[in-house]
Amino acid sequence: MNIVVLVKQVPDSGGERSLRSDDGTVERGGSSNVISEIDENAIEAALKLKEANGGEVTIVTMGPSQAAESIRKALSMGPDKAVHIVDDALHGSCALSTSKVLAAAVKTLSPDLVLTGAASTDSVGQVMPHMLGERLGLATLTGARKLTVDGSTVTIERQTEEGYEVVTASTPAVVSVWDTINEPRYPSFKGIMEAKKKPVQTLSIADLGISADEVGFAGASTAVVEHSKRPPRQGGTRVTDEGEGGVKLVEFLASEKFV
Amino acid sequence: MAEVLVLVKPAEGKVGKSTLEALTIARGLGEPAAVVVGAPGLAASLQDRLAEFGAAKIYAAESDELGDYLVTPKVAVLEQLARSVSPAAIVIPSTQEGKEVAGRLAVRLDNGVLTDVVGLDADGTATQVAFAGGTIVKSKVSRGIPLVTVRPSSVTPTPSPSTPAVEAVSVSLAESDKLAKVTERVAEAKGARPELTEASIVVSGGRGVGSADNFKLVEELADLLGAAVGASRAATDSGFYPHQFQVGQTGKTVSPQLYIALGISGAIQHRAGMQTSKTIVAVNKDNEAPIFELADYGIVGDLFKVVPQAAEEIRKRKG
Repeated sequence: MNIVVLVKQVPDSGGERSLRSDDGTVERGGSSNVISEIDENAIEAALKLKEANGGEVTIVTMGPSQAAESIRKALSMGPDKAVHIVDDALHGSCALSTSKVLAAAVKTLSPDLVLTGAASTDSVGQVMPHMLGERLGLATLTGARKLTVDGSTVTIERQTEEGYEVVTASTPAVVSVWDTINEPRYPSFKGIMEAKKKPVQTLSIADLGISADEVGFAGASTAVVEHSKRPPRQGGTRVTDEGEGGVKLVEFLASEKFV
Repeated sequence: MAEVLVLVKPAEGKVGKSTLEALTIARGLGEPAAVVVGAPGLAASLQDRLAEFGAAKIYAAESDELGDYLVTPKVAVLEQLARSVSPAAIVIPSTQEGKEVAGRLAVRLDNGVLTDVVGLDADGTATQVAFAGGTIVKSKVSRGIPLVTVRPSSVTPTPSPSTPAVEAVSVSLAESDKLAKVTERVAEAKGARPELTEASIVVSGGRGVGSADNFKLVEELADLLGAAVGASRAATDSGFYPHQFQVGQTGKTVSPQLYIALGISGAIQHRAGMQTSKTIVAVNKDNEAPIFELADYGIVGDLFKVVPQAAEEIRKRKG
């Protein structure tokens, strides 16, 4: 079974995150950059399927040259190889253009399954799996908390507001996972050493048959008009419970008309 | 006046609050046309409420098979309408499904998309809150019409009575719309509490609650306030409370009038999901807990003493 996992490098959500003042894109030079958290669950799901069914796991990342670090980190968990789409023209790409580029790269790999995290921690747009499914003409099953593949049938269980539902499709398919699906493994020392030797193919947009005016700011379908830091919330009153904290809490709620 | 298509999200057979908010926002750009996609009879059952909140027209795409597939039936209907009525904008409630509908529609129409907007100006400029509430961004769709998903609790829904005509829309699903089939739906008992993302008050518990059994305390306070119950990731990962109630970066984003955090330290993972709440109250025994940095009212103390006393006090006041 041939599995592609899409991995996005994002600024660490534990650090200071901001948009660049010059062009409104995500600042990637400041805080440390990491694999978007739920993508690690997607990698883990892929490795489990490979362990059960055999096959190959390929990481696909679109991002600047520094994303290579996250690709090595991903490979150290166990995938076989990676494709890094890196091109200066991609800077400023909107979600639509990004999906075009990723779809073109995925197509060259003809996978049985494309796995992604359900949302990235920087934009939290949740649109990419369906954009890819639409472009590739593949079944799209999102938000899996459980994933099974039986021959050419892929089945997921997903949480809904009312309970859960079971969704099934034939491969090839795009599947996005939530962090509830598994516990991502830590790279072993052996894995880290092996990752250094695993093949990472770099592709430009020209390699994918995409021209510069289809991506980046030139091809963007949305534009940032302005952005500003929100003033941080100020902590308000803080009291220490000395036996009537509960009453004081309700007095506050009453003063704000919640009780 | 141009139509603004608003995708209706039913919640337990009614028009969800997120749809009323979407209708309210849509009125700023044109005449809202509510788009109902579902089983036969759905539009009729929602009509009065949609009329009350300003739907000038209701498109009813109804058939039994529409519920069998994820996302694609709604995309097919919206695509068809977008091409036939040339709307001024398309507004969709920002649930996971809503965002997915918007994303797929964006590809079909080759139209830019903005998700989780909290405001929309008459000229289509959308406001988003990024990075766990730390940054405010104003953006525009520069190719196509404004196609946006509206984050729940972004605006207060206001009535604007109208008398909408219901127009039936016949949908034909292409084979490519039928690739992912829902084979089973399992309802889980969730009681009478409001939906987490739509509730005006949310009471959440974290690691400090200590056990699944102790979550009864969180539920008790929530029920006294008519609130939804949430949980931090530490609490859901520890099995104290089901995952679907997780508030945070990898869970739900909530923005209620009042958010009460019990035994939650306030890691970024959690703050990302609740930081835009109007009023925040925290109870934590650790004076250093970062949650106090954003709490409008904080009590440093043992939640097992503070919460039962608060519950008792509320009961007393209610008489």
